[in-house]
This record gives sequence, C-alpha cells and structure tokens, in this order.
Amino acid sequence: MKIIVPVKRVIDANIKVRVKTDRSGVELNNVKMAMNPFCEIAVEESIRMKESGAAEELIVVAAGPQQSQETIRTALAMGADRGILIQTDVPLEPLAISKLLKAVIEREEPGLVVMGKQAVDNDNNQTGQMLSAMLNWSLGTFVSKIEIEDDGFQVVREVDGGLETVRLSRPSVITVDLRLNEPRYASLPNIMKARRKPIETLTPDELGVDVTPRVDVLEVNEPPSRQAGVRVANAEELIEKLTNEAKVL
Amino acid sequence: MSVLIVVEHDNEQIKASTLNTVTAAMQIDEDLHALVIGHNCDAVASAAAEIEGVKKVRKCDAADYEYGLVENVAPVVEGVARDYSHVFAPASTFGKNLMPRVAAMLDVQQVSDISEIVSDDTFIRPIYAGNALATVRSTDDVKLITVRTTAFDAAGEHGGSADVESLTPSADAGLSSFVKHDLTRSERPELTTASIVISGGRGMQSGDNFNMLERVADKLGAAVGASRAAVDAGYVPNDYQVGQTGKVVAPDLYIAVGISGAIQHLAGMKDSKVIVAINKDEEAPIFQVADFGWVADLFSAIPELEAALD
Ligand SMILES: Cc1cc2nc3c(=O)[nH]c(=O)nc-3n(C[C@H](O)[C@H](O)[C@H](O)COP(=O)(O)OP(=O)(O)OC[C@H]3O[C@@H](n4cnc5c(N)ncnc54)[C@H](O)[C@@H]3O)c2cc1C
Ligand SMILES: Nc1ncnc2c1ncn2[C@@H]1O[C@H](COP(=O)(O)O)[C@@H](O)[C@H]1O
Repeated sequence: MKIIVPVKRVIDANIKVRVKTDRSGVELNNVKMAMNPFCEIAVEESIRMKESGAAEELIVVAAGPQQSQETIRTALAMGADRGILIQTDVPLEPLAISKLLKAVIEREEPGLVVMGKQAVDNDNNQTGQMLSAMLNWSLGTFVSKIEIEDDGFQVVREVDGGLETVRLSRPSVITVDLRLNEPRYASLPNIMKARRKPIETLTPDELGVDVTPRVDVLEVNEPPSRQAGVRVANAEELIEKLTNEAKVL
Repeated sequence: MSVLIVVEHDNEQIKASTLNTVTAAMQIDEDLHALVIGHNCDAVASAAAEIEGVKKVRKCDAADYEYGLVENVAPVVEGVARDYSHVFAPASTFGKNLMPRVAAMLDVQQVSDISEIVSDDTFIRPIYAGNALATVRSTDDVKLITVRTTAFDAAGEHGGSADVESLTPSADAGLSSFVKHDLTRSERPELTTASIVISGGRGMQSGDNFNMLERVADKLGAAVGASRAAVDAGYVPNDYQVGQTGKVVAPDLYIAVGISGAIQHLAGMKDSKVIVAINKDEEAPIFQVADFGWVADLFSAIPELEAALD
C-alpha cells in the first residue's frame, strides 16, 4: 500500500500570533513556522505503518509557497520517502487544496490518505472531508486509533459523546486527532539523509486546478481581551464574590 | 430564499446544538427549514417541528442513516441544498464531519465555526485558536456554514408547528459501516450547554482525584471538563477536553483547577462570563484571564470549597 500525507506549514503552535496593524491578517514575517501539529501525527502514523510492513511507500504533499519545502523536508527527515510541492503564492482554501490533492492522488493511486484533522492557523477542519467527497472514498475523521484490515481500516473516532468505531473500505481518507500517537523527532543522520530524498515541484496550472479564493477576508481583528480580576484568599471569600458580585451562584 | 439547518440528533432526541444553530440561521431568513436524517427518527422530526421558528421539517428515514455515516448522509444534504440560500449545521463533531463533505460535492467553500453574522454573506469567525477574529465574505451561491454554538442563544424548544415532509432515501454508499459506540454516560449536565463548568488539568494528578471535582460539580449542578494534559494522561475520557481542538464552552461560570492556561485551552473557555482559577503557581497564565484567582494547593482548596458549599 502507498500512503499520501498532506502536510501544512503554519505558525508554530507555541507562538501567540499578532494581528497586523493594517488588520489585513496576522503577522507572518519573522515568525517561527513549523509543521501543523496534526500533520506531524499523520506523518508519524504513516511511518509506523511502513515500519510494520503494512505500507511500502510514504509520499508527503504540501501546497503553498516555496518555503513549504521545509515542511516537506521535516517529514522526509522523520521517515517519508519523497515529497511533492504544489507551489503557489495564492492563499489557498480547503476546497482548492482538496482539488490539488485530488489531482496528485489520481496520479499516485495511494490506498490511504492520512492527514491532520485541522490546521491550527485557520482552524478550518475541512480538507480531509472535502477530499474524501471529491474522490468518493470512505472518510474517517478525528481518528485516535487505526487498525489495518485486508480490505479496509477499522478506526476509532473521537466524537462529542465519547468514542465511535467504524470500518472504512479501502481506499480511504483518515484525519487524525492528537491522541493517535506521539510524533518522533528526526535524528541528525536522518536529517542529512532527507536532503537527498526527491521533492517534485508542480503548479496548480500543471494540475489544471483553479485556485481562485471563494471567500474574501475583509479584515482580521484582535479579539476583545479579558482583564485579570482580583485574588481571593479562601473558599468563603470566593463563594461570597460569586454570589454577590458576579451573581453566578 | 429559505434557509436550511441540519438537525443533530441520536434518532430519539434533538441535541441542544441544533437550537443554537436555529438562532443563527434565523438571522438570515425567517423561512427556516430543518432537515432530519436518521432511522426511526419520527420523534426527532416531531420535536424539530415544534422548535420556535422552524417552518418546515424535511425528514429522510432509512436504516442506512441509523448511525449517521457521513458517506450516506452527505448525499441527502447535497440533494436538497440547492433549494436554499444557506445551509447551517452546528460546529460539533457531527457538523464538522458532515458539512465539508457536502460542500465539496456542491463545489462550495464552507465557512467554519462562525461566531457572528454580519450580513447574508459576511461572517466573523475565530482563527489561530481565537487569537484573531476574521471577517469573511463568501462568494458562493449556496453558503455552507457551521456555527459556534456558544456564540448564539438557544431557540425555544416549543412554539413552532411545522409540517413534516418525507424525502426519498438514496442507496447505501457501501463505503463504511458502524462497529460500536463507547459513549460517556453521565448524570451531569452536558459540557457545552452547562451554565457552570469545573475543569481539571494536569495538576489533578490522577483520574481518582477527579472525584473531588465531581463532588463540587454535583453541588453546583456543574459539568466537568478537562485540559488536554489531563485527557492525555488518561485521567478522564477525550470528550471532556476543552480547547482549540476539543470543545468550546462559554458558561456563566468556569472554574479551572490545576490548569496552567495555555492558549489552546483558553481558546475553548475564554468567552465564559466569569472565570475562576485555582492554581498553586501565582504566575500561571490562567490568572491573566481569571476574574477571581485563588492561589492555593488544589488538594486543600477543593475540599474547602466543597465544605463551604454546604
Ligand atoms: C495543536 C495543539 C492543540 C491543543 N489543543 C488543546 C486543547 O484543545 N485543550 C487543551 O487544554 N490543551 C490543548 N493543547 C495543549 C496545551 O498546549 C497545553 O499543553 C495544555 O493545555 C496543558 O494542560 P494543563 O494546563 O492541564 O497542564 P500544565 O500546563 O502542565 O499545567 C498544570 C498546572 O497545574 C498547576 N498545579 C499543579 N499541581 C497543583 C496543585 N497541587 N494545586 C494547584 N495547582 C497545581 C501547575 O501550577 C500548572 O499551572 C494543544 C496543544 C497543541 C500543540
Ligand atoms: N496547504 C496545504 N498543503 C497540504 N495539506 C494541507 C494544506 N492545508 C491543509 N492541509 C491538510 O488538511 C488538514 C486539515 O486542514 P484544514 O482543513 O485547513 O483545517 C491539514 O492537517 C493537512 O493535512
């Protein structure tokens, strides 16, 4: 089985973003970028499938600006075999990304696509679902456990009420949740080795995909900020304040 | 043109998230229809018909929809979506799973997790774990939207008297099958709708220690939540997680116990009306958003709070 993992380059999740003064977006200059944490989990899971013999080849795909190569390299250093960069400076929406991924998938014919449930920049939580619809494949979202079966996958999904187990036919799109695994760090030798792994570069035009945005971002603002309140010394005082001042008890 | 909401339910009862979604959709148009897809779900369709503001219920009932498998349910939504200017669903795991699959079938760029409606085509939504609010305008002819339920009041459960129309089911997609549910059973209120939430973090140290929080919760009529660290450590099930990638809550009172206040946790609770933080580290970031901060060891503070509530 061949696996494709789409990966996204985002602002490092530990950094508190700042809104630009002209309110056109968030500041991306001189900000530490990293692989979206959910994509790391998807890469890790796929590497484990390779290590267990369930998969033969692992291809990572990133759509975005030239610097997305770095994210692909990170995945290659973790253990992916080769990368595909779909290069464009147009801001990409999940619908456009899904179309680009679909074009690559039709060429590569993987048995499984593993991806993050959500990119922590725009918090869209859409791309896997959209891709599965375009391919008319089975879909498992928010997955915290994957078992590989002869003709499909049994997955555990984290849903609002608890857990749900479903069986998916192959090929399938699976989006992963945080508790699936703990991603590895790339070792220095593997980082060196990754430099020689191939990355192919394509463009939306070459794939015949129109990526014109459908949703215009009119402005981006800071959320209203909360002020730190007062300190209390004991339970009596807390209950008194919640009852008489805040009136929530 | 009319607007449609997709009803979230378990074939017996409507989920509360549906009521908030109705309120959001009503801001676009009063001619509001509700779509119920399920199996043996007459009770749900009748309840949907009674929701204040619902003008018509469209029901699609077949065995293949019993477990809401998205490969089967999405084509039903797709089949009626073009009758509407907008299709809404809650941004719960139900809506997040379903709506983008429908959007792609319609070639529409969905707008996720909106917290405010500016006009027919313009919406506000949090991005970057709520550290920024984007105002976005959709240019698609049908708008597919998921709603942050805590940002909209619940519509009344009674007052409507809509007709129920049956839709013809489509065939099983044959792509997936249901195996089992392991749902968390609790007598306490649901996390996302409770008016008081008490959450524990890594500071709780064990699942057993959550019993302390549960006793306080029962005295307050509160729901119990958790940070990701507490869920990862296995103290409580995954559906307790509050935050950017867990549940978003906005109760009247949120009590964070042994939680440091990482941005991803704040993303899920900072719209609460009143926030209380109990933490032994007076530098913990959670105190920066807390209306009432209590610097204390939780193992003495929580029993003290429990006793004081008598
Ligand atoms: C992509 C991504 C998504 C994430 N999504 C979420 C999410 O949805 N929700 C979420 O919560 N996190 C999320 N996180 C994790 C988040 O970054 C933090 O790691 C997590 O919130 C920390 O949990 P915590 O506050 O319980 O633990 P810690 O940060 O370890 O804090 C424990 C706190 O307990 C206090 N404490 C310890 N002992 C006691 C005691 N005896 N009495 C009183 N206080 C005590 C300590 O002082 C400390 O402040 C996400 C992270 C990433 C990268
Ligand atoms: N530009 C991109 N290139 C490759 N994969 C992406 C891109 N954007 C999103 N994805 C994939 O889609 C997942 C969900 O993203 P989103 O739908 O934006 O929340 C991510 O975790 C990635 O696996």
